[in-house]
Amino acid sequence: MEPIMAIVTGCLYASAIYMMLRRSIVKLVIGLMLLSNAANLLIFTSAGMTRGAPPLIPLGAMQPDGIIADPLPQALILTAIVIAFGVLAFAVVLIHRAYNIIHTDNLDEMKDTDT
Amino acid sequence: MRAEVALPILVPLLFGALSLIAWRSNLMQRVLGIIGSVTLLICSIWLLISVLDHGHVVMHMGGWMAPYGITLVADLLSAIMVVLTGMMAVAIAIYSLSSASPSHEKFGYYPLMHLLLAGVAGSFLTGDIFNLYVWFEVMLIASFALLILGGERAQMEGAIKYVTLNLLSSAIFLSAIGLLYGLVGTLNMADIAVKLSQTEHTGLVDVIAVMFMIAFGIKAAAFPLFFWLPASYHTGPVAVSALFAGLLTKVGVYALFRVFTLIFNQSPEFTHQLLLWGAAFTMLTGVLGAAAQFEFRRILSFHIVSQIGYMLLGLALFTPLALVGGVFYIMHHIIVKTNLFLISGIVHRLLGTYDLKKLGGVYKDRPYLSILFLIPALSLAGLPPLSGFFAKFIIIRAGIEAEAWVVTAIALIVGLLTLYSMIKIWAEVFWKPLPENHSSVDSSPSATPSSLAFLYIPVVLLGACTLFIGLNGQPIYEIAEASAKQLLNPALYIEAVLGETP
Repeated sequence: MEPIMAIVTGCLYASAIYMMLRRSIVKLVIGLMLLSNAANLLIFTSAGMTRGAPPLIPLGAMQPDGIIADPLPQALILTAIVIAFGVLAFAVVLIHRAYNIIHTDNLDEMKDTDT
Repeated sequence: MRAEVALPILVPLLFGALSLIAWRSNLMQRVLGIIGSVTLLICSIWLLISVLDHGHVVMHMGGWMAPYGITLVADLLSAIMVVLTGMMAVAIAIYSLSSASPSHEKFGYYPLMHLLLAGVAGSFLTGDIFNLYVWFEVMLIASFALLILGGERAQMEGAIKYVTLNLLSSAIFLSAIGLLYGLVGTLNMADIAVKLSQTEHTGLVDVIAVMFMIAFGIKAAAFPLFFWLPASYHTGPVAVSALFAGLLTKVGVYALFRVFTLIFNQSPEFTHQLLLWGAAFTMLTGVLGAAAQFEFRRILSFHIVSQIGYMLLGLALFTPLALVGGVFYIMHHIIVKTNLFLISGIVHRLLGTYDLKKLGGVYKDRPYLSILFLIPALSLAGLPPLSGFFAKFIIIRAGIEAEAWVVTAIALIVGLLTLYSMIKIWAEVFWKPLPENHSSVDSSPSATPSSLAFLYIPVVLLGACTLFIGLNGQPIYEIAEASAKQLLNPALYIEAVLGETP
């Protein structure tokens, strides 16, 4: 399972960076979206994947028996997804407003503040 | 279990919520802004006194002991940063009384300001690496919204760059947290430090260290990742620019100080060497960029970059004296830089532009404002007896003692070039006669004495702080020295959090 996840994560990072390097601001935001997903999958993979062992403690016992999946990375990913969602909602509104004001979606034409 | 360590986070959150309740009343929001920031300052001073008395102040949230729960930790560096946050909050709250336009206030200027302060204070106080990420995001989302208040073209362009680079940095930070968790299986910073020193030092540790360096380097605007800062900071409302200039990049610097003294301190010959050259290039590119600019706030923005280099230099040299210098520099820089941005706002109010070519004649009409500008400007350049002189002096002395000749020479040259930039502003804005076909200073309709008073009060207060640090530097130096001692002895931090000696 890990090799497949590693390849998927790598592809996600690569396509995210590729999209961010394009000139269109819409593709820039798509790149940001993929990037946060890639980071989430990386946490999921690197923290170790245990299959079919939910982190449940049997009734009456003080600790789980045998190996269980680590629930913490999933909590982290959940938090990260919520944050990424909020930030992306902002980014989408931002590019919409920017398009209305600047009348272009080409990043190369947004150089007023650089010179 | 001590309450004062949570208060600097809770107070701005509370007042942010109260400002939301008072959404329709601008007056109410202003009053809450003043009360909230003053309360924050009082709480932060309480925290600093408590840290000075007892050493590290630790609070385990919800009673879940470290390393399982989320821990708030205040050592001296955190406490100093929180006090500075409180001071800037008060200055900006007073300044905003006159500078914030009603349309900004209507769109949530004050609630966002409180939220931003909560994010900044949270970043300084948390002892959990994932929690640090969360506070970063709280701070970022508030700063995004503040930056585009007004919705002008330049703000949109600046904001796209600012948002993109900062989200990229967050993604790298998150990836680094994931890899680190995979390696040590904990998120508590003190516990990470213990576990990491027990694991075998492999290449992966260095990779993670560099990922943290890149992530925080983007936030701190270090070379070569600083391009978003001069493109965006001068576009927002001036009080917002001033707050960003003082506090936001310093959160990145603080995170670098924390992570590279506590967690990644095993191979300084690699990580700190990298930081050293990053610091040198940060200083140099920032100051050279400023030399080419003719817009008041853009010059100041480039100088933020160059000054960040000095702070990183203090961390990178990694000797006791250098860390003292780094901490001292942060204290001096936050006060001075915010003050300079506030002054640029007053000049804009008087003459209606930030363009150096169109400005002039301020000294003739407003000599006191010119003196108020000279104090932080010369302090930034490092002239005695102002605060910047001692900050630069400590760092350069540490550089000479560490025999890092090239970097020390660069630091000295950059000091000179900073003076050049400040004299350029002085000559163009204050000294030269006002260019023709421009209205004179006093004819500007919005510059009534009563509205200017609120702009002058924070400038005078911050200028007095600069003078105080310059003329009476000993107590400040002693605090910086004590905090450097704590930074160099991470065992104290670990013991305070985990409750036993490792």
